[in-house]
Amino acid sequence: MSRNRREFLRAVGAVTAVGMAGLPTAAKAATGRVVVIGGGFGGATAAKYLRLWSTDLDVTLVERDAQFVSCPLSNRILAGTTTLADLTRGYGDLTAKHGVKVLRDEATAIDPAKQTVTLASGKSLPYDRLIVSPGVDLDYSGIPGLKDDAARERVLSAWKAGPQTVALRKQIESMADGGVVAITVPKAPYRCPPGPYERACQIAWYLKLNKPKSKVMILDANEKVASKEALFRKAWEDLYPGLVEYVPNSELADVDAKTLTAKLQFDEIKADVLNVIPPMKAAAIAERTGLITANNKWCGVDFLTYESTAQKNIHVLGDAIVAAPLMPKSGHMANQHAKVCAAAVIALLRGDVVNAHPVINNTCYSFVTGADVIHIASVHQYDAEKKTMMVAPGSGGLSIAPNELEGRYAEAWGRNIWSDMLG
Amino acid sequence: MIRRTATWIATAVVLGGAMPLEALAVDEHPGRFIAANCTGCHGTQGRSTGGMPSLAGLDRSYILNAMEEFKSGTRAATIMHQHAKGYTEAQFALIAEYFAAQKAR
Repeated sequence: MSRNRREFLRAVGAVTAVGMAGLPTAAKAATGRVVVIGGGFGGATAAKYLRLWSTDLDVTLVERDAQFVSCPLSNRILAGTTTLADLTRGYGDLTAKHGVKVLRDEATAIDPAKQTVTLASGKSLPYDRLIVSPGVDLDYSGIPGLKDDAARERVLSAWKAGPQTVALRKQIESMADGGVVAITVPKAPYRCPPGPYERACQIAWYLKLNKPKSKVMILDANEKVASKEALFRKAWEDLYPGLVEYVPNSELADVDAKTLTAKLQFDEIKADVLNVIPPMKAAAIAERTGLITANNKWCGVDFLTYESTAQKNIHVLGDAIVAAPLMPKSGHMANQHAKVCAAAVIALLRGDVVNAHPVINNTCYSFVTGADVIHIASVHQYDAEKKTMMVAPGSGGLSIAPNELEGRYAEAWGRNIWSDMLG
Repeated sequence: MIRRTATWIATAVVLGGAMPLEALAVDEHPGRFIAANCTGCHGTQGRSTGGMPSLAGLDRSYILNAMEEFKSGTRAATIMHQHAKGYTEAQFALIAEYFAAQKAR
C-alpha cells in the first residue's frame, strides 16, 4: 500500500486501529527538477513546501523582483497606517533555510515539449515538473484612453502593491478638501474581490479625518458589491455617511486622462483623483504557453494536482487559474493551492498515488477604518463527482461587525503568511 | 513521531557549500498535508510568528477538543467556528496528531 493511499485511509478514519507507531518511516525519494515561476503567495509557498516535504528535489524559483511586496494589507498605505516597507520581505530565507535556488530573472518562454523554461537572461532551465504562479496582468485593451504609459501614471491602478500604491496615496494627500476620488471596479472575476471596497473605506477614513467635505465614488461594473456586501454597505452608511457613494452597473467605457474623467455608458464622472482598477487576466507567460482555457483569460487546472488541463507536467497556481465555485482570487487561496500542488508534485515524481481528498480554505480580512476589520472565510473540500473544490456545507462565514480584535488578527495573518511562504 | 533528518550533501556541493545547511529536517508526518491548511495563519509547522496562537507541541487532546468545541459552537471565536465546520472528525484527529508531534521551537 502506498504512502498516500495510507494517508488517505487515515484521513477518512478507515485505519483507526493502526497507531502512529505502525507506520514505517522510510519513504521513497522524490528526485527531479522542479522549476517554479513567480515568487508570490503561490510560487514562493510551493517552492518552500516542496523542499520542506522532500529535500531530494532540486527546486528553482524564478522571480523578476528583488523582494516580495504584499498586495494584501496594501490598501492601508492609502490610509497612512502602514508603509511599503512593512509589506516587503526578502527571498533570502528560501535559500538559506530551505535550499531553494532563487534566480532573479524573468521567464520569457516555456517549451512544454522539451520541458524547458527560457529566461530573459538567455539561460535555459530544464524541468521535470513546472509550477507557474504568474499572477495577473492588467488588461487595458478595452480602455483606449489608458493605452500609453503617461496616462497610466496619471490615472493609477495601484492594484499591484508597490510604487503605484505610494503614488496614489500622494495624489489623495495633495487633493484639496471637497475633492472627489473615483475608483472604478472591473467585472468579476478579478484579483481580490473585496479589495476595491476596502480601498474605498481606507480612503474615506483618511478623508473623514482630514478632508471631510470630500467624497469617494465607487463606480462598479458589477451589479452589486462582489464580497462582504452587507458589511461594506453598513460600514459606508454608519462610518462614512455622505462620504462614500456606491454606483453599481457602471462599467468603464473609456477614460480621459487629462481631465480625470471616467466615461461610463450613459454618464461621465469627473474626478480629482481617478483610480482605475482595470480588467485582469492570467499573466502573459500563461498565454504564450497555451495554458489559458477559459474566456481568453484564465488557466484550467485539475484541482487534485493543479496540473494544467491544457499542458502536461505544467501546474498553475493562484489568481491565474479558473477558480472553483466561490473560490476567490486571493493570496491566502494561492498559499493553499501551493501546498496541495507541492504534495501532488512530490507524489507524481515518486510514482505515488496523489491525495484524492484535498482540502483548502480561505481567510480574508478587510480594514474598514484604521483599526477595525471584517473577515470572510470558507473551507473547500474536493468533490470527486463534480471534479472541483466545493465549499464544505455549513463552513465559512463573515464577521458579525467590524472590530479591533480582528484588526490585530489581520496584521498577524500578514506576518504569519509571509513567513509561511518565505521564512 | 515520524520525522527524518537528511544530510544534504549533493545540493551543498552544487552550491559550493556556502550555505549553513548541514542538515535539513524532512517533514514526513502523515498529517502534514491537512495540517498545512492551518499554517498560513498559525505558522509553518504550527510555529506562529506572533499574534496568532502557536499550535506546535500542544497536546493532541487539547487541539482535538478545541476543534470539536469550535465546530459545535461551544467555544467562542471570531473565525475558527467557521473554519472548524469545514473539516471532518478524522481530519481533526490528523491535524491534532500533527501539531502535537511538532517541536514548539
